Formats: sequence, C-alpha cells, structure tokens
Amino acid sequence: MLKLMRQAVATARLMVGVKDYDAYVARRRRFNPDAPVMTRDEFFRACQEARFGKGNGRCPC
Amino acid sequence: MNQTKNWLIWLVVALAGAAAFAVLALERGETVNAVWVVVAAVSVYLIAYRFYSRFIAESVMELNGKRLTPAERHNDGLDYVPTNKSVLFGHHFAAIAGAGPLVGPVLAAQMGYLPGTLWILAGVVFAGAVQDMMVLFMSTRRDGKSLGDMVRAELGPIAGLVTSIGVLMIMVIILAVLALVVVKALMGSPWGTFTIAMTIPIALLMGVYTRFIRPGKIGEVSVFGFVLLMLAIVYGGKVAANPDIAPLFTYSGTALAWALIGYGFVASVLPVWLLLAPRDYLSTFLKIGTIVGLAVGIVVVLPNLQMPSVTRFIDGTGPVFAGSLFPFLFITIACGAVSGFHALVSSGTTPKMVENEVHIRPIGYGAMLMESFVAIMALIAASVIDPGVYFAMNSPAAVVGHTVQEASQVISGWGFVVTPDMLNQVARDVGETTILSRAGGAPTLAVGMAHILHQVIGGKAMMAFWYHFAILFEALFILTAVDAGTRALRFMFQDLLGTFVKPLAHTESLIANLLATGLAVASWGYFLYQGVIDPLGGINTLWPLFGIANQMLAGIALMLATVVLVKMQKVRHVWVTLVPALGILLVTLTAGWQKLFSASPKISFLAHADKFSAAYAQGQVLAPAKSLAEMQRIVFNDYVDAVLIALFMAVVIAMALFALRVARQALAVRWPTVKEVPAVYREEGGHA
Repeated sequence: MLKLMRQAVATARLMVGVKDYDAYVARRRRFNPDAPVMTRDEFFRACQEARFGKGNGRCPC
Repeated sequence: MNQTKNWLIWLVVALAGAAAFAVLALERGETVNAVWVVVAAVSVYLIAYRFYSRFIAESVMELNGKRLTPAERHNDGLDYVPTNKSVLFGHHFAAIAGAGPLVGPVLAAQMGYLPGTLWILAGVVFAGAVQDMMVLFMSTRRDGKSLGDMVRAELGPIAGLVTSIGVLMIMVIILAVLALVVVKALMGSPWGTFTIAMTIPIALLMGVYTRFIRPGKIGEVSVFGFVLLMLAIVYGGKVAANPDIAPLFTYSGTALAWALIGYGFVASVLPVWLLLAPRDYLSTFLKIGTIVGLAVGIVVVLPNLQMPSVTRFIDGTGPVFAGSLFPFLFITIACGAVSGFHALVSSGTTPKMVENEVHIRPIGYGAMLMESFVAIMALIAASVIDPGVYFAMNSPAAVVGHTVQEASQVISGWGFVVTPDMLNQVARDVGETTILSRAGGAPTLAVGMAHILHQVIGGKAMMAFWYHFAILFEALFILTAVDAGTRALRFMFQDLLGTFVKPLAHTESLIANLLATGLAVASWGYFLYQGVIDPLGGINTLWPLFGIANQMLAGIALMLATVVLVKMQKVRHVWVTLVPALGILLVTLTAGWQKLFSASPKISFLAHADKFSAAYAQGQVLAPAKSLAEMQRIVFNDYVDAVLIALFMAVVIAMALFALRVARQALAVRWPTVKEVPAVYREEGGHA
C-alpha cells in the first residue's frame, strides 16, 4: 500500500517533469560517496528549466 | 487446461465486442446506450493490445529484455533515468494527451457517432498506436534521438531540414487553432472569462510559493491552487450575475484574441517558475483528474446517445465542417486516432527513461490506446446532448442566424427538431446568455460533460458549475499548451534562423529571445486573428488545416519507420508501417487537393478566393464581407491558407521521395544498414 502511494506520487511528479531526487543522488554517489550533487532545491529548479527548455516535446494537441 | 481457459476469455472479449458493434450498427430510430460504445471500444483495445501489439513487439521489433536501454547506459539521474514502467506510462500519457482528442471527435459528431467511433478505433489500432510505439522504439535504439535527428541520420540532411520546417509550420497552426478554441469558448461569457483570468494570479501565487516558501512541494501547492480555482468558478457565477461587474469580463472575439496574443508573449518570456510551471501543475492534474472523472461519470450514468448513428451530413453538406466523409472525417479526428505530434513526444524525454526495451509495448502502444479512449469519451459526451442543441452550438451564425428563433427554424429544417425554448433553457441551465454558434468543441463538450456529471454530483442546480468547470479544465490546459508551445516554437525559430544568422541561435541572448518569441506569437497570432474574424467561425477553416498538417507529420513518422524496417532487413514485416503510411498519404493528399482544387467554394480555398475576387472585380460585396476592403482581405487569407496547404503537400511528397530513394538503396544490399547504437547486453544477474 505504501509502495503504491509512493509510486502514485512519483508518477504525478514526473507528469510535471520533476524527477526522483533520491535516485539522482544515489546514482551520482554510486562510485564516489563524495561526488558533488545538487541540493534538493537546485535539482527541482533544474527539472523545471529542463521541462520548458529546448527539445522537450509535449503534445499541445 | 490453462491454455483453453485463456482462449475462452479472449473469445468472450471478442464476442462482447461483436455484440456491441451489432447493437450500434443495427440501431434504427431508437436511442442507443453509451455503454455499447464503451464495450465495443474496450474490447477492441484489449484484443489489439494482446495480439497485434505483441506481434509488433516480438516479431517486428524483436524487443530484447537483455539489451541495455539508453537510460541504463547513460544513467545520470537527471536526463537519462531508468524509470518504473507504470510511472513512465503515466508520464508518457500525460505528455501525449492534449486538447486534440477532445475537439476533433466533437466536430466529427455532425456525421453521427458511428463513423467517428469506427475511425477512432481502426485508426488507433493500425496507425496511431503503431506510430507511437515505432518512434519510441527507434528513438530508444538511438540514445533518445529526436524525430528530426533520426530523419537526418536515416534519410539525409535535406530530409531533416524539410522535416524541421514542416514541424515548425504545424506548430504554428496547432497553436492558432487551440487559441481559437479558447476564444470561442470565452466570447461573451463573463463567467468563463473571469475564471480563466483568475488562473493567472493563482498561478503567480503558486509560483512564488514553490520558489521561495516551500520549494519543490508540488502536491500541497497544487491542492492549494485547486481550491482557489474552484472558488474562482463559484465566484464567477456571482460575477456573471452582477450587472456592474459582468461587463468588465465580457469581451468580443477580437479583444480576446489580442489578449491571448499579448499574454502568450509575456508568459513565454517570463521565468518559467513564475507562471508556466505552476499553471502546468494545475492543468496537468486537472486534466488527468477530469478524464478519470468523466470515465467514471459515463459508467455510472450510462447516458443514452441522442445523436443518430449516421446523419445525412456524411455527404459533405454539414454546417460544422465542409467536405464529405472521405477524406474529411479522417483529418477532422486526428488525435485519438493518429496524431503526428506524438512522434515528437515519443522521441523526446520518454525514450531516455525506458528501463527495459520490453516496456516499449505498454508505454508506446498502451498509452495511445488510452488517449484513444479519451477521444471516444469526447464523442460520447457530444452525442448525449440533443442533436438540435448540438447543431445550434456548432453551426456558424452565417448559416443558422443570430437568434434562437432563426436557429431553431433552420436546424429543425434539417430534421433535428429543436425549439427556441429548448435553446434558451440549455443556455440558462449552464449559466450563459446564449449557446449559439460556439463551434470549437470546448463548449459542446462542456455541455455534454455537465449533462453527464450533474447526474452524479449536484443535480440540476450544479449544471452551471459543471459546465464552467469543464470550460476551465479545457481552457486551462489549452492555454498552458499555448504558452509552452510558444516557447517551443521560439526555440524552433532560433534553430532555423541560427542556420542563416549564427547569433540568433543563442537562447540566452535577450534580443534573439525577444525577436524569436515575437516571431512565434505573430505567426500563430495571425492565423488566430484571421480565424476569429472569419464569419464562418474560423474553426471551419483552421481545423482542417491543422488536421491535414498533423496527419502529414504522422505520415512522415510512419515513412521513416518503414525505411528503418527496410534497413533492418525486415522487409517481410514492412506492411505494419507501410500500410498505415500509405493510408495517411492518401487521406491527407486527397484532402489537401480538395482544399486547393475542389469546385466548391465551401471546401476549396482557391475556389472561394475566385468567387470573391470575381465579385470584387464587379464591385459587389458578398456576404459575410461588409465592405470591399473586407472582400480583399478574405481573398488574401484564402491565398495564404492555400499556400500553406500546398507547402504541407510539398513537404510530405518530398519526404515520400526521400524515403523511396533510401529504401531502394537499402534493398540493394543484403545486410542491415540501419543506424542504431551498437547493442550492449545485460549480463545475467548484473546491472550496468
């Protein structure tokens, strides 16, 4: 049930272009625990910019 | 034993579908329940998904669960992220679902519900979903390359350039026609206009909240915004009822068009977090929620379809759009059956997030089936209202006149009995002063939705609320699409201009930014304005242009897919994309040809221009023009539209020639010549 909730939230966030921050950090630190990562806020802003940036196709129709 | 059980289940599904189709097709004078349309559609989807998409996945594409996807190979947690199948399905569906499947079927209902239903189902199974899945497949095999880049790589640089120009023109038309749908819905409606206007301050508030107060808290800010939106709808009713305030929110079509043009410019220049992003949250969640709500509403209410299965207007004399069933039904319903624009989405962010190749089937094919169901629901919503009311709402004033008396006389003359009282009553029920001549789909859909939803929640008293809720839902996400689309169009202009004047390609440069944004707004604004002042209502002219353009893009994507299959040496299976590609070429080129050279001025831009310039030469003023200057403008606009159609046709013919040449070259050798990224396979038990 909890897993389902979490998945629903992840779906809703991805629908508006916001990706999973924890997965991002985990990925960045996979080989180097001290690798520089964006903060949660920076990550959110990066996702926002990317969604309305170049080459992000959504169907207006 | 298990096997037998399995087949038995599919036999039941097939029989249920066949029975539903029989009920729909054999209807004689009685009204049919919408449940039969739902059963027919769902059984078609199930069978198509289970058998046809599996055939494509396993035999044509030979999807391999062990082959690493770009998300795994380039996983950076940001652009390339392996994503759970269901989560990515939701993302992809939200990205492809727009206003298209809600508008097209509503317009097509003038021919009855049956032709539209059949085309939506056949189109999605054999063309639309195939296209989406193929493009997603090709892009996933190429590190998430865009459609333009894939065309460039597989068909050559000139073909790539032609495609980019085609996409740019299509974008212009889409934005214009979408903005026109909103204008048509808000004209002279203080309630609607007030609600939509309120979305701007609400979005600004939300933007500040997510930027400075609680960054990233999308859930809570969306709930907050949603509550404010509902208050705006409720308060809008009070605004409309107040004779002092109502005029402040009552505008003509041209005023609204200018407002939208100005707003589009400002919105796409402002920082995205302030306006675009928060509106995006509201519109996306509202859209998904309403689609689900409508589905529940239809299943709970089980409304009867009032529209006949087939009307006399299949002969091409219909008031909503001109032209006979073939080819014009097939371009009027674009999205929901087959939508070329999805080729851009399927080669956008989704391929960079596919976790495993075998997910291409549910995401590519499955999400498109779902979008098709949205189109079916829109068709149902348009068919549950009284046909007389439907035609009153969707026929131009030039045809049915300006008063309910005239309209009911004309429409009753067509065989759809309606009285002035009925038309007034519907307008009163939904809280408007008039419902006449509101072509464009949104108001009709809103009346249909209000008709269904008020039976679930609220009863008759809530009908006006539901109507304005539906208008808000459509207008909000159309406007969000127009803002985001204007930004996308600006980047396209910058790319294209940048090939000639380098500095114009810099997206950071303020001057280049303003110039390209201005160009973007001016280009769709031109067509919007032309549509608004068009006495035939604009939708009549612009929607076929959009349909032809969107289908042509689908044709290009399917031709690319065909060439890729040939290059993969899968000639045996090439019919999977070749047949729909040829079908779409036939439909769009026929429609384009008729739009240019038909003898009827109702269909052909050139015949219309001839008629008006002949009258102009004799100093006559033909209705709907009111002066000779207007006559001239009508002729000029006809020529602009004709040139545009000719350009679309030239683009698609050029692409067909490119495809043919490359396919022949590929057939001349015996080995695959396709340009995929070399395959890397997952090791047993490990994860890259």
